[in-house]
Amino acid sequence: MKKNNFFNYAWISLLVMGGLFSCKPKNASDAVSGDAAQRVYVAPGKYDEVYNFVSGGFNGQLSVYGLPSGRLLKIVPIFSVFPENGYGYSEETKPMLNTSHGFVPWDDQHHLELSQTNGEIDGRWIFANANNTPRVARVDLTTFKTAEILELPNSAGNHSSPFITENTEYVVAGTRFAVPMDNDNGDVPINSYRKNFKASISFISVDKNSGNMNLAFQLQLPPVDFDLSHAGKNKSHDWFFFSCYNTEQANTLLEVNASQRDKDFILAVNWKKLEEYAKQGKGKTEAVQYAHNVYDENKHMATSTIEKQVLVLDAKDFKDVCYFIPCPKSPHGCDVDPSGEYIVGSGKLAALIPVFSFNKIQQAIANKKFIGNYDGIPVIEYEAALYGEVKKPGLGPLHTEFDGRGNAITTMFVSSEIVKWNIKDLKVIDREPTYYSPGHLCIPGGDTKKPNGKYVIVYNKITKDRYLPTGPELAQAAQLFDISGDKMKLLLDFPTVGEPHYAQAVAASLIRDKSVKYFDINKNQNPYVTKGEADSKVVRNGKRVDIYITQIRSHFSPDNIEGIKVGDEVYWHVTNLEQDWDLPHGFAIKGVPNNAELLVMPGETQTYKWSPEKPGIYPFYCTDFCSALHQEMQGYVRVSPANSNVPLTFSTGKNIPDAATAPPLLDK
Amino acid sequence: MKKLIILSIFGLLMVACSNSGEKNETTANTSGSASAATSETASSSNPSYDPNRGEGKFTHVEVSSTLDAAMAEAGNKVYTVKCSACHKLTDEKLVGPGWKGVTQRHTPEWIMNFVTNTDDMLTKDPKAQAMLEICLVRMPNQHLTDQEAREVYEFMRKNDGVK
Repeated sequence: MKKNNFFNYAWISLLVMGGLFSCKPKNASDAVSGDAAQRVYVAPGKYDEVYNFVSGGFNGQLSVYGLPSGRLLKIVPIFSVFPENGYGYSEETKPMLNTSHGFVPWDDQHHLELSQTNGEIDGRWIFANANNTPRVARVDLTTFKTAEILELPNSAGNHSSPFITENTEYVVAGTRFAVPMDNDNGDVPINSYRKNFKASISFISVDKNSGNMNLAFQLQLPPVDFDLSHAGKNKSHDWFFFSCYNTEQANTLLEVNASQRDKDFILAVNWKKLEEYAKQGKGKTEAVQYAHNVYDENKHMATSTIEKQVLVLDAKDFKDVCYFIPCPKSPHGCDVDPSGEYIVGSGKLAALIPVFSFNKIQQAIANKKFIGNYDGIPVIEYEAALYGEVKKPGLGPLHTEFDGRGNAITTMFVSSEIVKWNIKDLKVIDREPTYYSPGHLCIPGGDTKKPNGKYVIVYNKITKDRYLPTGPELAQAAQLFDISGDKMKLLLDFPTVGEPHYAQAVAASLIRDKSVKYFDINKNQNPYVTKGEADSKVVRNGKRVDIYITQIRSHFSPDNIEGIKVGDEVYWHVTNLEQDWDLPHGFAIKGVPNNAELLVMPGETQTYKWSPEKPGIYPFYCTDFCSALHQEMQGYVRVSPANSNVPLTFSTGKNIPDAATAPPLLDK
Repeated sequence: MKKLIILSIFGLLMVACSNSGEKNETTANTSGSASAATSETASSSNPSYDPNRGEGKFTHVEVSSTLDAAMAEAGNKVYTVKCSACHKLTDEKLVGPGWKGVTQRHTPEWIMNFVTNTDDMLTKDPKAQAMLEICLVRMPNQHLTDQEAREVYEFMRKNDGVK
């Protein structure tokens, strides 16, 4: 027995060493330590210790996992419709997806950032970006619902977003795609890029109490591609750092043409100064259009307002706000260590990781150690800003988080590994293979002042042979490592939904106990609420019919409705009368085009729009198993021709079968 | 060898059992969906259980011989929003039993405990379980405040003819 173990360990260490020398791990089951199963096992009925909020990428949603088990707990719809619960289908939620372009039912959700107070996660909200049609959202962590979505004017490819300052003063949104600004003529030759295209960074202020967002001001910049960002901490509190590529300003075949220069830039922005200038009324107010959508938790209903103006400040007009720092080879990650002194740029085509010093940057600015200017913005000497370089860390560094013990961990996309290195001496301490090609990684609090360095979760871009094959499209692979010891240890491999980019994680205790269990029916201010069955009714007003219908285990009131006509516009206002946890009721009607179901939470009202096109009997029913008599939770609505004179009637339990026309139930 | 393994499994189980009480904090609250214990277990494991009072915070409810009409009216409002979907005011069963005569069938303490501590009562109380066998839908906990529960009780008294 012992001998066997020894051989196993020897074999594993051989494999690990093998991994060191080869670019790609050879075997799918490499290097899992012996007690891994125990470390990630969460017994039935027990809770996970960490909430992991993972961006959904091309599904436009946010997924919530428990760690260390890797169990998927919830998908929160943000930027895409979600037929599963009616988000974007119900009348109350449709306004959430309104934009200046109209209703946009999908987006690409890349990054997430938990709100912070004093540089630490406070567990109140999580912010999310939409890359395609630029928007920033706020999700409430008591309800796990999207509370607010703000569209961004003068923007395209909202990628370096939604990173925040230490007290959630601002959420930023920087453009990955430069475009002509909204008020400029956009009908220009594409190759007039350098003349007509601009980049912008939006600063969104966040109300301390309500969390409500407001587009405070925008910084206009030369047409480079802003990629990622992070705010300063402690002494660098007043600063924000953004990585950018395509400083070549190419507008075609960027794969080649935006990879020409040896160094691109990290942009350092003194946001405090910029805020001062904005308050002094510097810059110019532009007439633009962007949607601001807010969900009212008491009305259970969203409203969309089109905002009309934005304050724009041009970077080259302010000499002490923006500075470019050269950074090797198309940097992606732009990460600030917990002390706020070190800024790590990850050049995805570089074979080293540059670490910049905040103190040196300040000295360089004071002593004007500039090599020139780029479109009016001073460029600091590389050496004057550099603390040092991590030599030969691996290939394709992408993103770095911090363990709170003086170390950084960086993903290596090309060589498929994570690499741990010491921030002070810049020496590589450890490396472990990942499967395969990691993008971002996440340590709970790993981009804040107080990381909790127990785990790192790595989100891989390539899955290949990790799981049972499911045709050409595969789930994305995530791997959980224990980083509490000297050696990082692979514990768990779990599939994720959508395509995770960035993620956040926090101790469950910060959020768990604040979770809302049901909505108080007495506080429901929806204009179409029905507080009790006695008030359920059907009201006709011309061609508009409002059905005030209630749900409780396990029946609807009313459940027999007649007198609806073809050509009517019917609104089902469904109120769930339950007042207990985990008792949503569903609602669906046969054959309704372009609609989904409703899932109505206890105490909530949601509205389903229906325009019946053919006479007939339409059953409706509860879709969420609610009790032993759930199957009985059903009803009928009769639709008559437009010119019929069937009277409007509705009831529950009163419309008894007509004995005169009924055949006998049991024919003897 | 086999014996040793079995023994050590037992050992593990014992450790697990003694730990389970202390680790309450990370234990999911499963009372809502807990399988109902049989009435025999309830009464035999807990001989002091008072089936007339039920399980909950109410040990003695002050009830006057005459009706508090204002309180009954407040109870009517709560009934309309939170109870009427399942309970009629006659003796007809809808989802739950009709309320006619309910104040004669149960003590005020039992009723107020049942409407505020529903899940526990459905798990432990013999009379509540007997009703569940007939109705087959677990009564929802509608989260009435203590005050609301008292008002509803007064409304039940009015429905039963107290003047």
